[in-house]
Amino acid sequence: MEPAEIIQHSGGVIGASWLMIALPLLGAAVLLLGGRKTDKFGHLLGVAMAVASFVVAALAFIQLLGFAPGERRRGVELYDLIPGIAKVGLLVDPLSISFCLLITFVGSLIHIYSIGYMAHDPARRRFFAYLNLFVAAMLVLVLADNYLGLYVGWEGVGLASYLLIGFWQHKPTAATAAKKAFIVNRVGDFGLSIGIFTIFATFHSLSYQGVAEGMAKGGSIPATAIGLLLLLGACGKSAQLPLQSWLLDAMEGPTPVSALIHAATMVTAGVYLVVRSGPIFQATDTAQLVVTIVGVATLLAGAIIGTAKDDIKKALAGSTMSQIGYMMLAAGIGPAGYAFAIAHLITHGFFKADMFLGAGSVMHGMNDEVNMRKYGGLRKVMPITFVTFFIGYLAIIGFPLLSGYFTKDGIIETAMEHNAILGWLAVLGAGITGFYMSRLVFMTFFGKKRWEADAHPHESPAVMTWPLIILSIGAIVLGAFLILGNRFMLFLSPAVGRPEELPSFHPFSTTGLATLALVAVGVVFAWYRYGSAEVPGVAPRGSFLTAFARRDLYGDALNEALLMRPGQWLTRLAVYFDNRGVDGLVNSLAALIGGSSGRLRRIQTGYVRSYALSIFVGAAVLVGAWFVVGNL
Amino acid sequence: MTTHYLVLSALLFAIGGVGVLVRRNAIVVFMCVELMLNACNLAFVTFARQNGNLDGQIIAFFVMIVAAAEVVIGLAIIVTIFRTRRSASVDDASLLKY
Repeated sequence: MEPAEIIQHSGGVIGASWLMIALPLLGAAVLLLGGRKTDKFGHLLGVAMAVASFVVAALAFIQLLGFAPGERRRGVELYDLIPGIAKVGLLVDPLSISFCLLITFVGSLIHIYSIGYMAHDPARRRFFAYLNLFVAAMLVLVLADNYLGLYVGWEGVGLASYLLIGFWQHKPTAATAAKKAFIVNRVGDFGLSIGIFTIFATFHSLSYQGVAEGMAKGGSIPATAIGLLLLLGACGKSAQLPLQSWLLDAMEGPTPVSALIHAATMVTAGVYLVVRSGPIFQATDTAQLVVTIVGVATLLAGAIIGTAKDDIKKALAGSTMSQIGYMMLAAGIGPAGYAFAIAHLITHGFFKADMFLGAGSVMHGMNDEVNMRKYGGLRKVMPITFVTFFIGYLAIIGFPLLSGYFTKDGIIETAMEHNAILGWLAVLGAGITGFYMSRLVFMTFFGKKRWEADAHPHESPAVMTWPLIILSIGAIVLGAFLILGNRFMLFLSPAVGRPEELPSFHPFSTTGLATLALVAVGVVFAWYRYGSAEVPGVAPRGSFLTAFARRDLYGDALNEALLMRPGQWLTRLAVYFDNRGVDGLVNSLAALIGGSSGRLRRIQTGYVRSYALSIFVGAAVLVGAWFVVGNL
Repeated sequence: MTTHYLVLSALLFAIGGVGVLVRRNAIVVFMCVELMLNACNLAFVTFARQNGNLDGQIIAFFVMIVAAAEVVIGLAIIVTIFRTRRSASVDDASLLKY
């Protein structure tokens, strides 16, 4: 089934959906421009703006549900930027409203959580300003009805991400991590911008509508090139191979940032881009194949990295990479996978934000310790954090009837039908997920206490635990709600299309049982290694495979060898050429002029009579020359 | 007829030129410069007479006026130098150099 037509809309909440963006933007502006005067109420204003944005999104969603499914793509025109070429407009359709609800709802919860988490930080107001800025930029990204607007939001979230990773910029590691994220994203953005240029050159339009019409018309369209360039952009933003290296370092930022930006929303923008550019990708098997391969490679790489990390946030970051790999895999399959990709994106947004915030709650109680080898036995002292985290854990490993079970299983089943190799690799990834997430949970909440002497873990305040509880409820019910009866696929189909034959949910398919079996093996193995056995306080050396995973699969080493070193050589060569070549030329010319004028000035003896002599000689020469020339 | 005047003018000019080049005393050098100027004046006047117009005579007047002004300033400088250094030698006044 093809996507529905976009209907121009004005009035109602949908007509005012720009408020969703404007409110958090206003919050950011007030907090950033207001300075210290807004310190007292800054966090409350930030929360209020995020919640207000969610209310607008929810009302727009309700109004959208009032239309027949085929009429649920509403375009809202705001401003004619370049007449005939670029309009500033919003597109409220099932896809964008799903994102809006996720961003504003999870965003609001994380805002509320941050009140407690950042309570003792002197720069809390600035933190909320950046969070508001991020929410606004992310909403621009998903609400824009054209690639230019998407690009504006894309760069906006990149900026917010940079500012928030480096929020504690007095720590050199945080400052470096922020720069790294920004620079790696530059590579992706380069691909995205060239992709958008190519789209404009091909279709003479930047709107999604124009692209879809152009694709329908046919003709010679470089769909593969556009698809691969857009994929490069998606890889940068979503930390997919080969641009994955920044995400693990991005954990230097405050934990709510990791939860909101680097788990639930911003890093999924790449999946959004691929799904939104469906008309282009569906026309090119090559690009779609590359998307699925990138997805599978990343889901395995992220999972393997997750198995070896002792830093709780980095283990979760590896897991985020891996889960986004699943989404990419589904997004690369086409309309059959779109609904599962976005459904997994939404449920992942809930359970991963839940776990990140849970990790933040643990750190909050443990003097910001992140090394899981210094945790252990925390389930008794942090009961709420433990229960909510455990629900998120069950959801991500795909425990039956929780969110991840439905959405991840959907992805694996679809991948299996599409290509058996990809499908089995995805099953393997699920097994590794079972292992590394169990390892994380056992090391943190079970076993003996391995705390530092000065650690006095305690449960976090209510302002931090309530968001955890709400998110964990989402982690329980959302998957079943979205997947059973194909509810989400039917809702989403006007925006992205769907296969003619709806998939049906088989709880006891071979694939599903194999997945569950592998996950169970992973959990049992993790229990054997980290649950029942003593966890050493210092990481054992391990085999070369462990070292391989600990060093992020040598991703950084590879970047250094392939890009950084040659880059340094190039700069050194340029410096050498500048010093010896350019400077040498200029300096020797200057020395020549300086030296010769130093000698020439010796003529100025100060003796009047020698000057007079030179005048006479000159005059004589002139007169003599005149005689000679005159007599010729 | 005018050739004699011109030869005289050239002789006077040559005497003045040699004086400027070889004498050290600033006053003498100065007088030699005046001699050269007046040699020029003689040549101007001679040409004026030969051509039957007044152009050369007018120029000669200009030269005299400039020479008079020059004498005023030049003598003042020489006298000042003499007062500070007790010497009127042009070779002693050679500080303004490289």
